[in-house]
Amino acid sequence: MFDRWIRTGTAVALAALCSAAMAQTPEEKGKEIAVEADKRDTGWGDSTATLSMILRNQSGAETTRELQISTLELLEDGDKSLVVFDTPPDVKGTALLTFSHRAADDDQWLYLPALKRVKRIASNNQSGPFMGSEFAYEDLSSQEIDKFTYKYIGDEEANGMPCFVIERVPTNENSGYTKQVAWLDQAEYRIQKVDFYDRKGDLMKTLTASDYKQYLDKFWRPGRMEMVNHVTGKSTVLQWKDYQFGAGLSERDFDQNALKRAR
Amino acid sequence: MRYALAITGLLAAPLAGAVEWSGYVAGEARLFPSAPLDDRQHDGNLSLSFQPEAYHEWDDGSSALFVPFLRIDQHDAERTHFDVREAFWRKSWDEWELRLGLRKVYWGVTESQHLVDIINQTDMVESFDGEEKLGQPMINAAWVNDWGTLDFFVLPGFRERTFAGTRGRLRTPLPLDEDAAEYESGAERAHVDYALRYSHYVGNWDFGLSHFYGTSREPRLKPTLDNLQLKLAPYYDLIHQTGVDVQYTNGSWLLKFEGIRRSGQGETYGAITTGLEYTFYQVFKSDADLGVLFEYLYDSRGGNSLDLKTLFDGATLSPFENDIFLGARFSLNDIQSTMLLAGAIIDTGSGAVAFGLEGERRLGENWKLSIEARIFANVPQEDPLTYIRKDDFLQVELAYYF
Repeated sequence: MFDRWIRTGTAVALAALCSAAMAQTPEEKGKEIAVEADKRDTGWGDSTATLSMILRNQSGAETTRELQISTLELLEDGDKSLVVFDTPPDVKGTALLTFSHRAADDDQWLYLPALKRVKRIASNNQSGPFMGSEFAYEDLSSQEIDKFTYKYIGDEEANGMPCFVIERVPTNENSGYTKQVAWLDQAEYRIQKVDFYDRKGDLMKTLTASDYKQYLDKFWRPGRMEMVNHVTGKSTVLQWKDYQFGAGLSERDFDQNALKRAR
Repeated sequence: MRYALAITGLLAAPLAGAVEWSGYVAGEARLFPSAPLDDRQHDGNLSLSFQPEAYHEWDDGSSALFVPFLRIDQHDAERTHFDVREAFWRKSWDEWELRLGLRKVYWGVTESQHLVDIINQTDMVESFDGEEKLGQPMINAAWVNDWGTLDFFVLPGFRERTFAGTRGRLRTPLPLDEDAAEYESGAERAHVDYALRYSHYVGNWDFGLSHFYGTSREPRLKPTLDNLQLKLAPYYDLIHQTGVDVQYTNGSWLLKFEGIRRSGQGETYGAITTGLEYTFYQVFKSDADLGVLFEYLYDSRGGNSLDLKTLFDGATLSPFENDIFLGARFSLNDIQSTMLLAGAIIDTGSGAVAFGLEGERRLGENWKLSIEARIFANVPQEDPLTYIRKDDFLQVELAYYF
């Protein structure tokens, strides 16, 4: 929006913009950046993707997990997602259904194919590790605007791109973080890097996102996300493949029948 | 017809390379430290099981699944058995989901026992907790609406419960003659059963209401004389069972309730399991979770009255007529998905305790090691568990998943 104003080139608009920017508090600017990033990522409808999760321990030994992820964008509430495990083979067909909410805890159901059992599970375990990885549940859940309060810190380069640096503080009391510092590139408002600070306020993990690709000529998705845990020395790489948008998924693909459909 | 086509399609599909194969093969060792009540029973046992799984999905979104199961047991001829756990075709439309064939269906929310769960017959020789099931032939149509899901079941073909053989442990004191099974229905195993279930969730509440009419999965055991030998024969009544299951999920709390009312099997009776589960996250400054469970078990039939009269009347008894269950689940949340579950069901009347321990850990990518232990303590003569009071055991299983 700011770009367009400047391109119209009228002195009045420019002056108005400058004074508006001057009067803006860091909190307002931080939120504005988050809202703009969210706006640019609105309207993708639904997506499916294959995810390889590479878990690396302190000594560098690797284990890989394969998952299928489908997501349905909901404009009036948080997104719905279905995660189906392909490997390791003993959990093949295990599926996790999440209805995320803007402010409240998410609703989650777990499907255990050996027993054919669907189990509603407590979803307040935000800070727990997802499948033994360095990603916590909250790192992978839908990033709704109201899940944080924001503060603009400054501009800095990350991944070779000029970025906005914003601090975000989780609003959910079950979060494992006191704050996150996020780098979003100024050109496309994509997350390039996030530092996570633990409950004691110490730097705990760093996420780096890269290999961004644009889909439907509009929406950017990273091909690679790496989370490094500075405390344990362990790391997890997420490799996203076969992204498909607009497959025509509906709410019926995100109910308990769909959970069982996985196997 | 579609079902036959689906199976044909599934069998033909490997040629097209479109079938996904997976499954496991497992070796199991059981050790019984106490001498058996009957000297024909063994002290220890080795066994192998194999469960491959074939899955195919067509372009129109319909799919088929085929899961046969085979166990070969060292001592117990009844435990050596083959079953088709699942062989069904599925297709979904906007409001409907249709599944035809052999399937397993699970209903319920509690952990200590599964009262509401009634569609499948229990494969009793497989595991003591009754959680292993035989494949049930069915036509199942689910009608999915904003106000919940209605599941209609037509269940042609009855599966008899499996029981340990003469040489096996964890069995009745008298040999059980499955060939002498009797049925209330003149159609016997060909009787067609019906079931209906409504399930939905609203906010933090998940609930289900179900009704089953047909041949009871749980038989009464009637003593019979066969060539001057006393044996037990299963008798399968026609029953009506209505069930309710509710779970309230809030924060780290799960509150659970299951209740049934059953008629047609002796006197009409009711039974309840209700309790709660609370999870402590990231305990001991690690990634591990510790869940604690408490459940109360009630059965209006009562349990501690195992006299000759009730036995010869073929009455059913519940070992869980007024019991409490205490349990703890410990998950390390590590790469190997290490998990340990310990629990005890305590009879508040007699003080009898059934203690169980289950643990598992993945080894590398494809192996899984599981342990299970059961201890029966303080069991009085008149408790239905008295037959297995010497059958404490330790089981170790190593499985290879592909």
